Amino acid sequence: MSEPLFDLRAIEVAYGDRAVLSVDRLTISEHEALVIVGPNGAGKSTLLRLLNFLEPPDRGEIRFHGRLVPYPAPLDLRRGVTTVFQRPALLNRSVFENIAYGLRLRRRETLLLTRKLVERLALHDLERAPAANLSGGEAQRVALARALALEPEVLLLDEPTANLDPYNMGLVEGLIQELRTERRCTLIVVTHNVFQARRLADRVAMLHEGRLIEVAGAAQFFASPRDPRAAAFVRGELVA
Amino acid sequence: MEWPANGSALWEIVGLTIRVTGTALLAGSILGIPLGSLLAFTRFPGRRFIVALVYTGMGLPPVVVGLVAYLLLSRSGPLGSLGWLFTPPAMMIAQTIIALPLVIGLTMTGLEAVDPQLRLQIRALGADRSQEILTLLFEARAGVVAAIVAGFGGIISEVGAAMLVGGNIEGQTRVLSTAIVLETRMGEFEFALVLGGLLLSMAFVVNVVLMRLQHRPPYWPGR
Repeated sequence: MSEPLFDLRAIEVAYGDRAVLSVDRLTISEHEALVIVGPNGAGKSTLLRLLNFLEPPDRGEIRFHGRLVPYPAPLDLRRGVTTVFQRPALLNRSVFENIAYGLRLRRRETLLLTRKLVERLALHDLERAPAANLSGGEAQRVALARALALEPEVLLLDEPTANLDPYNMGLVEGLIQELRTERRCTLIVVTHNVFQARRLADRVAMLHEGRLIEVAGAAQFFASPRDPRAAAFVRGELVA
Repeated sequence: MEWPANGSALWEIVGLTIRVTGTALLAGSILGIPLGSLLAFTRFPGRRFIVALVYTGMGLPPVVVGLVAYLLLSRSGPLGSLGWLFTPPAMMIAQTIIALPLVIGLTMTGLEAVDPQLRLQIRALGADRSQEILTLLFEARAGVVAAIVAGFGGIISEVGAAMLVGGNIEGQTRVLSTAIVLETRMGEFEFALVLGGLLLSMAFVVNVVLMRLQHRPPYWPGR
């Protein structure tokens, strides 16, 4: 069996006295789409920050391509992974400059790739507009374009469509699907939306109060979840 | 100085004002922006105490700075061997001390006002430490430029320190603010007003230039 892309072992994260994440073991394979679900405060965003090497765990180890990740994580390691957050944090610059930002950090050519993404995400009318004046859907498309421009090995999406209307949600999801088929990028998506989880997941992990209560292939997770809280999520019930 | 003034003497005063204030502002910015960034981005024991000191320094009376600089630079003082008292370098040092807390304090608050999620996002997009800080300084440029403007405002018009450590010596350490005091004392109110107008004009030009650096993206009507 090949080495997993991520291998998290005995991970503990606490903020002060409050434990927010406690994961005994989680492996993520290359090219898979793992959807992480769970109620607010379950530790989903903390897990994403660990997977982007933005913060170290208090305990435990993370292996990436079989190699133990040191902290602070080396730049080349961090640059293989990127995150699109739920609330798109855009720079106070134009749409074009926002999309080109990550490429500029890497001193890569910006014009062609940025233009391509501007077209693909239907942002051509807004290319020169200040990012501060975009609507929620437009801003999220810019945030996604900015991440896609980097052609990351791993793309982390933290509730990427939570604030979007159905039109923009469809647009963003369509892009995510294209990304999977075209680039075969490893995708890790946090969502509250059971339907979105069904559409995107190869595998589903459910977090509850900082613990992984169920990790299963999408077919098994949605057909016969073992944990009653996972079953409630699949039925579309509220999980506290 | 007689009125109408000897033109070359007047331009000498203007030139020295630009040289002293410009050097002090440059030194205050070169030191103050990194120190303000350090206070904004790092947490360490004693930070709150340092921030309180910086805020106190923002209201530092120039005459007190002048007095301390005078004692340091006077012949019997610890820096007396430099022989800088009553020279432009002494005025530059005093004005740098006045500008520094203003630049540090306002740079720090400008940077702290940037959305914390943006900082995380910048790192998630692959910025190294220096790229992260430069990006955040650029995002907070309105605040950083306001810090420089405040530093400039604090020194361009101050009299106390310039008078104490410069001595207002004609042709050597006389700047616009000290010349205004002298002309007023001599009853040359018209000339003092002309000097005041020149000082205000200089301040206006510098502020217009600095405001251009604050440049925000153009207004875009919302939908």
